Formats: sequence, structure tokens, C-alpha cells
Amino acid sequence: MRDSIPIALGYFTVALAFGLYCAAADVPAALAGLISATNMSSSGQFAGITIFSSGGGYLQLALGVALVNLRYVLMAISLGQRLEPGVGIGQRLILAAGITDEIYALAMANRTVTFRGYAASMVLPILGWTGGTVVGALVGNVLPPALVSAFGVLLYAMFVAIVVPVAAVSRPVLWAVVGAAALGSALAAVEGLEVGWRIIIVTVVVSAVAATLAPVSEDAEEQADGVAGEVAT
Amino acid sequence: MNLWLFIAVMAGATYLLRVTPLVALRKRITNRWFLSFLHYVPYVVLTAMTVPAILFATSSVLSGAAALIVAIILAKRGASLMLVALGAALTVVVVEALIVWWP
Repeated sequence: MRDSIPIALGYFTVALAFGLYCAAADVPAALAGLISATNMSSSGQFAGITIFSSGGGYLQLALGVALVNLRYVLMAISLGQRLEPGVGIGQRLILAAGITDEIYALAMANRTVTFRGYAASMVLPILGWTGGTVVGALVGNVLPPALVSAFGVLLYAMFVAIVVPVAAVSRPVLWAVVGAAALGSALAAVEGLEVGWRIIIVTVVVSAVAATLAPVSEDAEEQADGVAGEVAT
Repeated sequence: MNLWLFIAVMAGATYLLRVTPLVALRKRITNRWFLSFLHYVPYVVLTAMTVPAILFATSSVLSGAAALIVAIILAKRGASLMLVALGAALTVVVVEALIVWWP
């Protein structure tokens, strides 16, 4: 739960921006908070409000939000494989609500994910994300720009903290990370390519190439995950 | 669009994406290629989300790049998640202060 504090802080600041965006689209603060609590997805929510304020239909809304959020399918599959044995359907229904980039990332630092551990790591980020949205919608940009700017890197720095220790001991992971950074940067230059699509393309292509060139044996996986486990504790 | 229906459609679309694989795929996957694929997914997806986005997450590309470098160094030395995150944020504050005061 302690490791989720930076996530909650980061969410709060990003959510302020979403709250502002909702206010501009004439969505009341309480409903903006409801949107955040039920979606927990920055890019998906921004896409949704954009479609809402541009007068798009429900089909466009459902498809647009699903496409932007398609990466959660990959994360849900990946998370499911790491869940401890005996996590039932009811518990899975709860955990599913908390599959976000950052909460998922935090869980990936452990070889086995428990229901209690994952559920606990969801609490503060959900409060931070929802609270930030409501505050943003109510009072606008309250933080000084310098602080907003510094908070902007919190989430990314955490990603680095999860990836680097594993890349440092596993050559194939290191090459996959370098490949992902290179392909991601190249695709970022492609105009009109949605960020959600970019992440899906990079993830599928690079992971597939890595799996083909350097298939993982049980031992190698344990070694890499052992290092990851030390980071989390 | 009805605002309540709009919220319900958005929440439903997002939740279905997350819950379907988690509930439908409950067996252990044994295919070695797919296991390897899943092994790389977390590191690749995190990198894809970080680079190049971190460079544009602050008010200057310089402070974003500095934060990325500091985070990599701290993480390589085994610092905790919290320490890496705070170190990177502090770097942004320092670098942006330097940018403002530089003659």
C-alpha cells in the first residue's frame, strides 16, 4: 500500500487536469468524480469527454473508449497469470476495476500477486484519481505550475524504477526495453497515431519479437522476477 | 447525449475490457511462446508509456530528460520506488529553477 502513495499523488495532479476539462464541457463536479471512479483511465476519459462534447453517438463513444483502453486487455491477461491460486470470480470482478497502467505496473514487481495485495494497492490511487477530478472541476488549477511540472514525472519515474533493475540483470529484457523505447519514439513522430494505439503496437510487436528470439525458460523468469521482487520490498 | 447514459456506456466499455480476460482466462497458460510473450509485456509496455512521454511531461524537455536519467541511475543502484519517484521530481524542480536563473 505504501508503494501506491506516489501513484495516488501522481493521479491526483493528472486528475486535476481532467476535472478542468469536465468543467469546460459543463459536466458537474460530482459526475466528473463518478466518471473517474468508474473508469480509472486518463486517456480513455479524455477521449470520452471529447466525444461527448463533440456530440458523438453512443457507439462511437463505446468504440472510441474501448480502442484507447485496449491495452488493458493485455494487462488483464498478464495479471491473471500472476494471480495466486484460488482467487475466485468475485475477487476477480473487484480486481478488474483496478487494472490501470500504474497499479498493474506496481503489481508486476511481484512474481505472485495476491488478492489482498492488489486490492490494497487500488485504494489510494482510486481516491487520488477521483478526488483530484472533483477538486479540479470545482476550483480549477490550484497548484503552482512548478509543482505540477515536477509531479508530472512521478508516474514515469516509477515505471523506470520497475523496469531498470530487471533490465540490468537480463540481457533479453534490456534489448526489449531498448527496442520499445526506439519503436515508441519513432511511432511518436507519426502524425494522427493515437497514444493508446502506439502503446499497443509497440507492446505486441516488441514482446512478440523478444519471445521469438529469446524464449524464456522457467529459470530465467524466476531470476528476473526475483530481482523485481526485491525492488518492491 | 444523456449524461447518465454516457457515463454508464463509458464505464461499461472500460470495465468489460478489464474483466473479460481476468475472468475468462483462469487456466494457467502453458504455451512457451505465449508465456515468453507475457514475460516481456510488463517491461515493454512500461517503457512504451515512459519513452518519449516523460520528455513532454514537464514544462521543459531538458527537465524531463534529466528526470529520466536520474531515475535510471537511482533505480540501477537499487533505490525504492518512492525514492526514485521523489528523486526524479526533485530533479525537475532543480533543473527548471536553473533554467529560469541561468543568465
